[in-house]
Amino acid sequence: MGYDLKMRIWRGDVDGGELGDYTVEVSEGEVVLDALHRVQATQAGDLAIRWNCKAGKCGSCSAEINGKPRLLCMTRLSDFEESETITVTPMRSFPVIRDLVTDVSYNYEKAKQLPAFAPPARDEDGKRRMAQMDVERGQEFRKCIECFLCQNTCHVVRDHEENKPAFAGPRFFLRYAELDMHPLDTHDRRELAQGAAGLGMCNITKCCTEVCPEGIKITDNAIIPMKERVVDRKYDPLVWLGSKIGLRTKDNDGRSEV
Amino acid sequence: MFRGQDASCRPEAGRAPFAFRRDGARVVPITHGINQAEVAMASTEAGVRGPTRARIEGRTLRSDRWWLYPLTTFVVFTAFVVYATIRAFQGSHYYAAPYLSPFYSPCLGDCVEGSSDFGQPFGWWPLSAALIILIFPLGFRMTCYYYRKAYYRSFWLSPPACAVAEPHTKYTGETRLPLILNNLHRWFWYAAVLVALILTYDTVLTFRDADGDWGHMGLGTLVFLANIFLIWMYTLSCHSCRHAVGGRLRHFSKHPVRYRMWTWVSKQNAHHARYAWLSLFSVAIADLYVVLISSGVFDDPRFF
Repeated sequence: MGYDLKMRIWRGDVDGGELGDYTVEVSEGEVVLDALHRVQATQAGDLAIRWNCKAGKCGSCSAEINGKPRLLCMTRLSDFEESETITVTPMRSFPVIRDLVTDVSYNYEKAKQLPAFAPPARDEDGKRRMAQMDVERGQEFRKCIECFLCQNTCHVVRDHEENKPAFAGPRFFLRYAELDMHPLDTHDRRELAQGAAGLGMCNITKCCTEVCPEGIKITDNAIIPMKERVVDRKYDPLVWLGSKIGLRTKDNDGRSEV
Repeated sequence: MFRGQDASCRPEAGRAPFAFRRDGARVVPITHGINQAEVAMASTEAGVRGPTRARIEGRTLRSDRWWLYPLTTFVVFTAFVVYATIRAFQGSHYYAAPYLSPFYSPCLGDCVEGSSDFGQPFGWWPLSAALIILIFPLGFRMTCYYYRKAYYRSFWLSPPACAVAEPHTKYTGETRLPLILNNLHRWFWYAAVLVALILTYDTVLTFRDADGDWGHMGLGTLVFLANIFLIWMYTLSCHSCRHAVGGRLRHFSKHPVRYRMWTWVSKQNAHHARYAWLSLFSVAIADLYVVLISSGVFDDPRFF
Protein backbone atom coordinates (compact mmCIF):
# COMPACT_ATOMS: atom_id res chain seq x y z
CA MET A 1 0.00 0.00 0.00
CA GLY A 2 1.96 2.97 -1.19
CA TYR A 3 1.38 6.59 -0.29
CA ASP A 4 3.02 9.92 -0.93
CA LEU A 5 5.32 10.92 1.91
CA LYS A 6 6.21 14.55 2.44
CA MET A 7 9.82 15.07 3.48
CA ARG A 8 12.01 18.00 4.34
CA ILE A 9 15.66 17.24 3.79
CA TRP A 10 18.55 19.49 4.71
CA ARG A 11 20.64 20.25 1.64
CA GLY A 12 23.84 22.23 1.72
CA ASP A 13 27.39 22.31 2.99
CA VAL A 14 29.50 24.27 5.43
CA ASP A 15 28.83 27.50 3.54
CA GLY A 16 25.11 27.24 4.12
CA GLY A 17 22.05 25.26 3.29
CA GLU A 18 18.36 24.87 3.90
CA LEU A 19 15.57 22.38 4.28
CA GLY A 20 14.23 21.34 0.88
CA ASP A 21 10.71 19.96 0.37
CA TYR A 22 10.28 16.61 -1.35
CA THR A 23 7.33 14.36 -1.94
CA VAL A 24 8.15 10.73 -2.55
CA GLU A 25 6.14 7.57 -2.97
CA VAL A 26 6.81 5.03 -0.27
CA SER A 27 5.34 1.68 0.57
CA GLU A 28 4.53 -0.36 3.61
CA GLY A 29 7.42 -1.71 5.65
CA GLU A 30 9.91 0.88 4.47
CA VAL A 31 12.30 2.89 6.59
CA VAL A 32 13.43 6.50 6.30
CA LEU A 33 16.58 5.46 4.46
CA ASP A 34 14.46 3.76 1.77
CA ALA A 35 12.54 6.97 1.25
CA LEU A 36 15.77 8.96 1.00
CA HIS A 37 17.17 6.51 -1.52
CA ARG A 38 14.05 6.94 -3.64
CA VAL A 39 14.42 10.71 -3.46
CA GLN A 40 18.01 10.25 -4.55
CA ALA A 41 17.04 7.93 -7.40
CA THR A 42 14.14 9.94 -8.75
CA GLN A 43 14.53 13.59 -7.81
CA ALA A 44 17.87 14.56 -6.33
CA GLY A 45 20.70 12.50 -7.78
CA ASP A 46 23.29 14.53 -5.91
CA LEU A 47 21.82 14.00 -2.43
CA ALA A 48 24.68 12.94 -0.17
CA ILE A 49 23.94 10.21 2.41
CA ARG A 50 26.38 7.98 4.22
CA TRP A 51 25.00 4.48 4.59
CA ASN A 52 26.14 0.92 4.37
CA CYS A 53 24.47 -2.13 5.90
CA LYS A 54 20.79 -1.05 6.14
CA ALA A 55 20.49 -3.32 9.17
CA GLY A 56 21.46 -1.11 12.11
CA LYS A 57 24.82 -2.76 12.51
CA CYS A 58 27.36 -0.57 10.71
CA GLY A 59 26.56 2.74 12.37
CA SER A 60 26.91 4.78 9.18
CA CYS A 61 23.52 6.37 8.58
CA SER A 62 23.25 8.43 11.75
CA ALA A 63 21.18 11.58 11.27
CA GLU A 64 18.39 13.51 12.94
CA ILE A 65 14.79 12.71 12.14
CA ASN A 66 12.23 15.25 13.32
CA GLY A 67 14.98 16.62 15.52
CA LYS A 68 15.82 13.29 17.17
CA PRO A 69 19.19 11.62 16.63
CA ARG A 70 18.45 8.25 15.03
CA LEU A 71 19.68 5.74 12.49
CA LEU A 72 18.00 6.33 9.12
CA CYS A 73 17.84 2.60 8.43
CA MET A 74 16.21 1.72 11.76
CA THR A 75 13.48 4.35 11.74
CA ARG A 76 10.33 2.85 10.32
CA LEU A 77 7.92 5.01 8.36
CA SER A 78 5.10 3.23 10.17
CA ASP A 79 6.17 5.09 13.33
CA PHE A 80 4.78 8.25 11.74
CA GLU A 81 1.37 9.29 10.53
CA GLU A 82 1.05 9.05 6.74
CA SER A 83 0.16 12.73 6.66
CA GLU A 84 3.14 13.73 8.80
CA THR A 85 6.06 15.55 7.21
CA ILE A 86 9.36 13.89 8.11
CA THR A 87 12.28 16.26 8.55
CA VAL A 88 15.76 14.83 8.08
CA THR A 89 18.91 16.78 8.92
CA PRO A 90 22.53 15.81 9.39
CA MET A 91 23.86 15.35 12.92
CA ARG A 92 24.14 18.83 14.38
CA SER A 93 27.19 18.33 16.60
CA PHE A 94 29.75 17.60 13.91
CA PRO A 95 31.06 19.71 11.03
CA VAL A 96 28.85 19.22 8.02
CA ILE A 97 30.45 18.02 4.78
CA ARG A 98 27.46 17.95 2.48
CA ASP A 99 23.73 17.30 2.86
CA LEU A 100 23.30 14.52 5.43
CA VAL A 101 26.99 13.67 5.67
CA THR A 102 29.04 15.01 8.56
CA ASP A 103 32.70 14.83 9.46
CA VAL A 104 32.88 12.55 12.49
CA SER A 105 36.68 12.60 12.83
CA TYR A 106 36.34 14.15 16.30
CA ASN A 107 35.40 10.67 17.49
CA TYR A 108 38.40 9.02 15.89
CA GLU A 109 40.69 11.60 17.48
CA LYS A 110 39.19 10.74 20.85
CA ALA A 111 39.59 7.02 20.15
CA LYS A 112 43.28 7.53 19.49
CA GLN A 113 43.76 9.19 22.87
CA LEU A 114 42.43 6.17 24.73
CA PRO A 115 45.18 3.72 25.75
CA ALA A 116 44.53 0.26 24.33
CA PHE A 117 43.75 -2.88 26.31
CA ALA A 118 46.91 -3.96 28.13
CA PRO A 119 46.76 -7.60 29.21
CA PRO A 120 49.28 -9.16 31.59
CA ALA A 121 51.76 -11.92 30.71
CA ARG A 122 50.16 -15.17 29.57
CA ASP A 123 49.63 -18.12 31.88
CA GLU A 124 52.24 -20.88 31.78
CA ASP A 125 50.35 -22.80 29.13
CA GLY A 126 50.38 -19.76 26.89
CA LYS A 127 46.72 -18.86 27.48
CA ARG A 128 44.84 -16.13 29.26
CA ARG A 129 41.83 -16.89 31.39
CA MET A 130 38.78 -15.06 32.61
CA ALA A 131 35.57 -16.41 34.07
CA GLN A 132 32.30 -16.30 32.16
CA MET A 133 30.57 -13.96 34.62
CA ASP A 134 33.42 -11.47 34.19
CA VAL A 135 33.12 -11.74 30.41
CA GLU A 136 29.39 -11.08 30.55
CA ARG A 137 29.66 -7.70 32.17
CA GLY A 138 31.57 -6.21 29.26
CA GLN A 139 29.44 -7.84 26.57
CA GLU A 140 26.87 -5.08 26.72
CA PHE A 141 29.54 -2.50 25.90
CA ARG A 142 30.77 -4.56 22.94
CA LYS A 143 27.39 -4.08 21.28
CA CYS A 144 28.39 -0.50 20.40
CA ILE A 145 28.29 0.01 16.62
CA GLU A 146 30.00 3.41 16.78
CA CYS A 147 27.18 5.29 15.13
CA PHE A 148 28.17 8.24 17.35
CA LEU A 149 24.56 9.22 18.01
CA CYS A 150 25.45 9.46 21.70
CA GLN A 151 28.38 11.72 20.90
CA ASN A 152 26.07 13.78 18.72
CA THR A 153 23.31 14.20 21.27
CA CYS A 154 25.55 14.92 24.25
CA HIS A 155 24.98 18.57 25.09
CA VAL A 156 28.51 18.93 26.49
CA VAL A 157 29.85 19.14 22.94
CA ARG A 158 26.64 19.67 20.98
CA ASP A 159 26.01 22.99 22.67
CA HIS A 160 29.64 23.85 23.50
CA GLU A 161 32.09 23.38 20.67
CA GLU A 162 34.87 24.65 22.95
CA ASN A 163 34.54 21.53 25.12
CA LYS A 164 35.54 19.16 22.34
CA PRO A 165 39.28 19.16 23.14
CA ALA A 166 38.60 18.33 26.80
CA PHE A 167 35.73 15.86 26.49
CA ALA A 168 35.87 12.33 25.09
CA GLY A 169 32.12 11.72 25.13
CA PRO A 170 29.82 8.84 26.12
CA ARG A 171 31.07 6.36 23.53
CA PHE A 172 34.55 6.55 25.03
CA PHE A 173 33.41 6.58 28.64
CA LEU A 174 31.84 3.28 27.67
CA ARG A 175 35.25 2.06 26.55
CA TYR A 176 36.95 3.40 29.68
CA ALA A 177 34.41 1.58 31.81
CA GLU A 178 34.75 -1.64 29.83
CA LEU A 179 38.50 -1.67 30.26
CA ASP A 180 38.43 -0.56 33.89
CA MET A 181 36.07 -3.43 34.70
CA HIS A 182 38.14 -5.90 32.69
CA PRO A 183 39.81 -8.42 35.02
CA LEU A 184 42.83 -8.75 32.74
CA ASP A 185 43.55 -5.11 31.99
CA THR A 186 46.68 -3.85 33.76
CA HIS A 187 45.98 -0.13 33.39
CA ASP A 188 44.29 1.92 36.07
CA ARG A 189 42.35 4.36 33.91
CA ARG A 190 40.49 6.30 36.55
CA GLU A 191 42.75 9.33 36.65
CA LEU A 192 42.84 9.47 32.88
CA ALA A 193 39.07 9.22 32.60
CA GLN A 194 38.53 12.10 34.98
CA GLY A 195 41.39 14.23 33.67
CA ALA A 196 42.11 13.83 29.98
CA ALA A 197 38.72 12.39 28.99
CA GLY A 198 36.66 14.91 30.94
CA LEU A 199 34.35 12.50 32.74
CA GLY A 200 33.61 15.22 35.30
CA MET A 201 31.94 17.32 32.61
CA CYS A 202 29.20 14.76 32.18
CA ASN A 203 26.12 15.73 34.17
CA ILE A 204 24.40 12.37 33.60
CA THR A 205 21.30 13.74 31.90
CA LYS A 206 21.11 10.41 30.09
CA CYS A 207 20.57 11.58 26.53
CA CYS A 208 23.26 9.19 25.32
CA THR A 209 21.24 6.29 26.73
CA GLU A 210 18.04 7.65 25.21
CA VAL A 211 19.40 7.70 21.67
CA CYS A 212 21.51 4.52 21.69
CA PRO A 213 20.14 2.29 18.88
CA GLU A 214 21.70 -0.75 20.53
CA GLY A 215 19.91 -0.03 23.81
CA ILE A 216 23.14 0.07 25.79
CA LYS A 217 22.57 1.53 29.26
CA ILE A 218 25.48 3.91 28.76
CA THR A 219 24.75 6.11 31.77
CA ASP A 220 23.74 3.50 34.34
CA ASN A 221 26.18 0.77 33.41
CA ALA A 222 29.22 2.66 32.17
CA ILE A 223 29.35 6.36 33.05
CA ILE A 224 28.00 6.22 36.60
CA PRO A 225 30.09 3.16 37.58
CA MET A 226 33.09 4.95 36.09
CA LYS A 227 32.26 8.07 38.09
CA GLU A 228 32.04 5.94 41.21
CA ARG A 229 35.43 4.43 40.44
CA VAL A 230 36.85 7.92 40.09
CA VAL A 231 35.34 8.79 43.48
CA ASP A 232 37.18 5.76 44.93
CA ARG A 233 40.38 7.14 43.51
CA LYS A 234 39.96 10.84 44.19
CA TYR A 235 37.13 11.83 46.50
CA ASP A 236 36.78 9.11 49.09
CA PRO A 237 38.87 9.81 52.22
CA LEU A 238 38.12 6.35 53.61
CA VAL A 239 39.63 4.63 50.59
CA TRP A 240 42.60 7.03 50.71
CA LEU A 241 43.11 6.40 54.43
CA GLY A 242 42.87 2.67 53.89
CA SER A 243 45.54 2.76 51.23
CA LYS A 244 47.83 4.79 53.54
CA ILE A 245 47.64 2.27 56.35
CA GLY A 246 47.93 -0.73 54.07
CA LEU A 247 44.25 -1.67 54.03
CA ARG A 248 43.21 -1.89 50.42
CA THR A 249 41.26 -4.07 48.13
CA LYS A 250 43.29 -6.79 46.44
CA ASP A 251 40.99 -6.39 43.51
CA ASN A 252 43.20 -3.73 42.01
CA ASP A 253 46.44 -5.71 42.32
CA GLY A 254 48.49 -5.80 39.19
CA ARG A 255 47.29 -2.49 37.79
CA SER A 256 49.21 0.69 37.35
CA GLU A 257 48.11 4.16 36.37
CA VAL A 258 48.59 5.22 32.79
CA MET B 1 36.01 15.18 0.00
CA PHE B 2 36.60 17.47 2.91
CA ARG B 3 35.64 20.72 1.28
CA GLY B 4 34.64 23.38 3.68
CA GLN B 5 36.82 21.89 6.39
CA ASP B 6 38.90 24.99 6.69
CA ALA B 7 36.61 27.43 8.40
CA SER B 8 38.85 30.37 7.50
CA CYS B 9 37.34 30.33 4.03
CA ARG B 10 34.28 31.83 5.68
CA PRO B 11 35.46 35.20 6.90
CA GLU B 12 32.15 36.08 8.54
CA ALA B 13 32.29 33.03 10.77
CA GLY B 14 35.76 33.43 12.20
CA ARG B 15 37.76 30.41 13.20
CA ALA B 16 35.97 27.30 14.26
CA PRO B 17 36.80 26.60 17.90
CA PHE B 18 37.47 22.97 17.13
CA ALA B 19 37.99 21.73 13.63
CA PHE B 20 40.32 19.40 11.86
CA ARG B 21 43.00 20.20 9.36
CA ARG B 22 44.21 17.64 6.90
CA ASP B 23 47.94 17.15 7.26
CA GLY B 24 49.02 14.47 4.84
CA ALA B 25 47.57 11.27 6.20
CA ARG B 26 46.94 12.70 9.63
CA VAL B 27 43.99 14.65 10.87
CA VAL B 28 45.08 17.27 13.35
CA PRO B 29 42.71 19.11 15.63
CA ILE B 30 42.92 22.88 15.41
CA THR B 31 42.38 24.17 18.92
CA HIS B 32 44.59 27.21 19.10
CA GLY B 33 43.48 30.77 18.56
CA ILE B 34 40.03 30.40 20.05
CA ASN B 35 38.47 33.69 20.84
CA GLN B 36 36.20 32.84 23.75
CA ALA B 37 34.37 36.15 23.63
CA GLU B 38 33.51 35.58 20.01
CA VAL B 39 32.43 32.04 20.77
CA ALA B 40 30.13 33.08 23.58
CA MET B 41 28.10 35.65 21.64
CA ALA B 42 24.86 33.75 21.71
CA SER B 43 24.23 30.48 23.43
CA THR B 44 23.85 28.54 20.21
CA GLU B 45 26.66 30.26 18.31
CA ALA B 46 29.18 27.92 19.96
CA GLY B 47 26.82 25.01 19.57
CA VAL B 48 24.26 23.90 17.03
CA ARG B 49 24.49 27.20 15.13
CA GLY B 50 28.29 27.15 15.18
CA PRO B 51 30.22 27.96 11.99
CA THR B 52 31.06 24.36 11.03
CA ARG B 53 27.64 22.88 11.75
CA ALA B 54 24.82 22.42 9.29
CA ARG B 55 23.10 25.81 9.08
CA ILE B 56 19.73 25.23 10.76
CA GLU B 57 18.02 28.02 12.65
CA GLY B 58 15.92 26.21 15.25
CA ARG B 59 17.29 25.29 18.67
CA THR B 60 15.63 21.97 18.03
CA LEU B 61 13.53 20.43 15.29
CA ARG B 62 11.79 18.10 17.71
CA SER B 63 8.05 18.21 17.25
CA ASP B 64 7.07 15.88 20.09
CA ARG B 65 6.20 17.09 23.58
CA TRP B 66 9.79 17.07 24.84
CA TRP B 67 8.97 19.84 27.32
CA LEU B 68 6.54 17.64 29.25
CA TYR B 69 9.15 15.83 31.36
CA PRO B 70 11.10 18.93 32.46
CA LEU B 71 7.91 20.88 33.10
CA THR B 72 6.29 18.11 35.17
CA THR B 73 9.47 17.60 37.13
CA PHE B 74 9.82 21.30 37.76
CA VAL B 75 6.25 21.67 39.01
CA VAL B 76 6.29 18.58 41.25
CA PHE B 77 9.74 19.16 42.73
CA THR B 78 8.99 22.82 43.37
CA ALA B 79 5.75 21.87 45.09
CA PHE B 80 7.63 19.37 47.26
CA VAL B 81 10.34 21.88 48.14
CA VAL B 82 7.73 24.48 49.12
CA TYR B 83 5.79 21.96 51.22
CA ALA B 84 8.94 20.55 52.85
CA THR B 85 10.31 24.00 53.63
CA ILE B 86 7.09 25.10 55.30
CA ARG B 87 6.91 21.88 57.28
CA ALA B 88 10.57 21.94 58.25
CA PHE B 89 10.34 25.45 59.68
CA GLN B 90 6.90 24.99 61.22
CA GLY B 91 8.17 23.11 64.27
CA SER B 92 4.74 21.81 65.27
CA HIS B 93 2.20 19.10 64.37
CA TYR B 94 4.94 16.54 63.81
CA TYR B 95 3.94 14.03 66.45
CA ALA B 96 0.64 12.33 67.05
CA ALA B 97 1.26 9.24 69.16
CA PRO B 98 2.35 6.78 67.92
CA TYR B 99 3.22 8.53 64.66
CA LEU B 100 6.32 10.70 64.27
CA SER B 101 6.64 12.61 60.99
CA PRO B 102 9.58 11.38 58.87
CA PHE B 103 10.66 15.01 58.45
CA TYR B 104 11.33 15.18 62.19
CA SER B 105 12.82 11.78 62.82
CA PRO B 106 15.00 11.38 64.83
CA CYS B 107 13.71 14.31 66.87
CA LEU B 108 16.93 15.55 68.48
CA GLY B 109 15.93 19.10 69.40
CA ASP B 110 13.52 20.42 71.98
CA CYS B 111 10.73 18.10 70.83
CA VAL B 112 7.30 17.40 72.25
CA GLU B 113 6.97 14.66 74.84
CA GLY B 114 7.16 11.12 73.52
CA SER B 115 8.68 12.05 70.15
CA SER B 116 12.38 11.87 71.05
CA ASP B 117 13.33 8.20 70.97
CA PHE B 118 17.01 8.97 70.77
CA GLY B 119 17.28 11.69 73.43
CA GLN B 120 17.58 15.42 72.90
CA PRO B 121 21.29 16.18 72.41
CA PHE B 122 20.32 19.36 70.58
CA GLY B 123 17.82 20.49 73.21
CA TRP B 124 19.37 23.98 73.08
CA TRP B 125 18.59 24.30 69.36
CA PRO B 126 16.27 27.31 69.05
CA LEU B 127 14.75 26.45 65.68
CA SER B 128 12.67 23.57 64.39
CA ALA B 129 14.15 20.14 65.16
CA ALA B 130 13.65 19.10 61.53
CA LEU B 131 16.42 21.45 60.44
CA ILE B 132 18.99 19.44 62.43
CA ILE B 133 18.54 16.22 60.49
CA LEU B 134 16.98 17.18 57.16
CA ILE B 135 20.41 17.88 55.65
CA PHE B 136 21.01 14.12 55.40
CA PRO B 137 18.01 13.03 53.35
CA LEU B 138 18.16 16.33 51.47
CA GLY B 139 21.85 15.87 50.65
CA PHE B 140 21.21 12.29 49.62
CA ARG B 141 18.57 13.35 47.14
CA MET B 142 20.43 16.41 45.91
CA THR B 143 23.50 14.32 45.00
CA CYS B 144 21.50 11.33 43.73
CA TYR B 145 22.33 10.36 40.15
CA TYR B 146 18.67 10.31 39.20
CA TYR B 147 17.77 13.62 40.83
CA ARG B 148 20.79 15.18 39.21
CA LYS B 149 19.46 14.25 35.79
CA ALA B 150 16.04 15.56 36.80
CA TYR B 151 17.15 18.94 38.13
CA TYR B 152 19.82 19.57 35.52
CA ARG B 153 17.12 19.11 32.91
CA SER B 154 14.20 20.79 34.62
CA PHE B 155 15.69 23.56 36.71
CA TRP B 156 18.94 24.35 34.93
CA LEU B 157 17.83 23.39 31.40
CA SER B 158 21.20 21.85 30.77
CA PRO B 159 19.85 20.46 28.51
CA PRO B 160 16.04 20.76 28.83
CA ALA B 161 15.69 17.62 26.70
CA CYS B 162 17.82 15.57 24.35
CA ALA B 163 18.81 17.42 21.19
CA VAL B 164 17.26 20.64 22.47
CA ALA B 165 19.89 23.36 22.72
CA GLU B 166 20.51 24.65 26.21
CA PRO B 167 20.44 28.39 26.91
CA HIS B 168 23.86 28.61 28.59
CA THR B 169 26.93 29.98 26.88
CA LYS B 170 29.41 28.18 29.12
CA TYR B 171 29.43 24.74 30.61
CA THR B 172 31.87 23.04 32.96
CA GLY B 173 29.71 20.20 34.24
CA GLU B 174 30.63 18.73 37.58
CA THR B 175 34.27 19.76 37.49
CA ARG B 176 34.06 22.78 39.82
CA LEU B 177 32.46 23.93 43.03
CA PRO B 178 29.68 23.59 43.90
CA LEU B 179 28.69 20.79 41.53
CA ILE B 180 31.90 18.81 42.12
CA LEU B 181 30.40 18.14 45.57
CA ASN B 182 28.01 15.74 43.87
CA ASN B 183 30.90 13.29 44.10
CA LEU B 184 30.09 13.06 47.82
CA HIS B 185 26.98 11.04 47.04
CA ARG B 186 28.24 7.89 48.78
CA TRP B 187 28.70 9.79 52.05
CA PHE B 188 25.10 10.84 51.97
CA TRP B 189 24.20 7.27 51.12
CA TYR B 190 25.84 6.06 54.32
CA ALA B 191 23.79 8.65 56.21
CA ALA B 192 20.67 7.68 54.27
CA VAL B 193 21.03 4.08 55.43
CA LEU B 194 21.10 5.32 59.04
CA VAL B 195 18.07 7.51 58.42
CA ALA B 196 16.24 4.56 56.85
CA LEU B 197 17.06 2.42 59.90
CA ILE B 198 15.64 5.09 62.20
CA LEU B 199 12.50 5.43 60.07
CA THR B 200 12.16 1.65 60.23
CA TYR B 201 12.26 1.92 64.02
CA ASP B 202 9.56 4.60 63.87
CA THR B 203 7.46 2.32 61.70
CA VAL B 204 7.78 -0.51 64.19
CA LEU B 205 6.60 1.89 66.90
CA THR B 206 3.40 2.54 64.93
CA PHE B 207 2.26 -0.94 65.96
CA ARG B 208 1.44 0.58 69.34
CA ASP B 209 -1.56 2.60 70.37
CA ALA B 210 -1.49 6.16 71.69
CA ASP B 211 -0.80 4.83 75.21
CA GLY B 212 2.26 2.87 74.11
CA ASP B 213 0.71 -0.61 74.26
CA TRP B 214 1.89 -3.02 71.59
CA GLY B 215 -0.11 -5.08 69.15
CA HIS B 216 -2.26 -2.35 67.64
CA MET B 217 -2.55 -0.97 64.18
CA GLY B 218 -4.20 1.94 62.43
CA LEU B 219 -4.45 3.41 58.95
CA GLY B 220 -1.32 5.41 59.76
CA THR B 221 0.61 2.17 60.26
CA LEU B 222 -0.13 1.28 56.63
CA VAL B 223 0.96 4.74 55.49
CA PHE B 224 4.22 4.33 57.41
CA LEU B 225 4.74 0.79 56.10
CA ALA B 226 4.32 1.93 52.50
CA ASN B 227 6.66 4.83 53.13
CA ILE B 228 9.43 2.78 54.73
CA PHE B 229 9.24 0.18 51.94
CA LEU B 230 9.69 2.88 49.30
CA ILE B 231 12.45 4.61 51.30
CA TRP B 232 14.39 1.35 51.53
CA MET B 233 13.90 0.55 47.87
CA TYR B 234 15.08 4.03 46.94
CA THR B 235 18.09 3.78 49.27
CA LEU B 236 19.12 0.27 48.20
CA SER B 237 18.67 0.88 44.48
CA CYS B 238 21.14 3.79 44.67
CA HIS B 239 24.03 3.79 42.20
CA SER B 240 26.53 4.25 45.03
CA CYS B 241 25.05 1.23 46.78
CA ARG B 242 25.39 -0.74 43.58
CA HIS B 243 29.04 0.28 43.40
CA ALA B 244 29.73 -0.48 47.06
CA VAL B 245 28.19 -3.95 47.15
CA GLY B 246 30.00 -5.23 44.09
CA GLY B 247 30.19 -2.79 41.21
CA ARG B 248 33.64 -1.67 42.19
CA LEU B 249 35.06 -5.16 41.68
CA ARG B 250 36.92 -6.32 38.60
CA HIS B 251 36.59 -10.01 39.42
CA PHE B 252 32.99 -11.03 40.05
CA SER B 253 34.14 -14.63 39.82
CA LYS B 254 36.23 -14.27 42.98
CA HIS B 255 33.38 -12.74 44.99
CA PRO B 256 30.25 -14.86 44.44
CA VAL B 257 28.25 -13.37 47.33
CA ARG B 258 28.98 -9.79 46.34
CA TYR B 259 28.20 -10.71 42.75
CA ARG B 260 24.76 -11.91 43.81
CA MET B 261 24.16 -8.77 45.83
CA TRP B 262 25.29 -6.64 42.88
CA THR B 263 22.95 -8.54 40.59
CA TRP B 264 20.01 -7.88 42.90
CA VAL B 265 20.86 -4.20 43.38
CA SER B 266 21.37 -3.81 39.62
CA LYS B 267 17.87 -5.11 39.06
CA GLN B 268 16.41 -2.58 41.50
CA ASN B 269 18.72 0.14 40.21
CA ALA B 270 16.92 0.03 36.86
CA HIS B 271 13.87 1.38 38.76
CA HIS B 272 15.78 3.96 40.77
CA ALA B 273 13.97 6.89 39.17
CA ARG B 274 10.58 5.37 39.96
CA TYR B 275 11.54 4.83 43.60
CA ALA B 276 12.92 8.36 43.75
CA TRP B 277 9.50 9.72 42.77
CA LEU B 278 7.38 7.31 44.79
CA SER B 279 9.39 7.76 47.98
CA LEU B 280 9.22 11.53 47.54
CA PHE B 281 5.43 11.29 47.50
CA SER B 282 5.26 8.73 50.28
CA VAL B 283 7.40 10.73 52.66
CA ALA B 284 5.27 13.84 52.03
CA ILE B 285 2.07 11.84 52.48
CA ALA B 286 3.33 10.28 55.73
CA ASP B 287 4.15 13.75 57.02
CA LEU B 288 0.82 15.16 55.88
CA TYR B 289 -0.96 12.28 57.59
CA VAL B 290 0.70 13.19 60.89
CA VAL B 291 -0.24 16.85 60.39
CA LEU B 292 -3.87 15.97 59.78
CA ILE B 293 -4.07 13.64 62.79
CA SER B 294 -2.26 15.95 65.16
CA SER B 295 -4.29 19.00 64.16
CA GLY B 296 -7.47 17.01 64.65
CA VAL B 297 -8.78 17.12 61.07
CA PHE B 298 -9.73 13.47 61.49
CA ASP B 299 -8.99 10.62 63.87
CA ASP B 300 -6.66 7.84 62.87
CA PRO B 301 -8.90 4.89 61.97
CA ARG B 302 -7.77 2.06 64.27
CA PHE B 303 -7.97 -1.53 63.02
CA PHE B 304 -7.27 -3.28 66.30
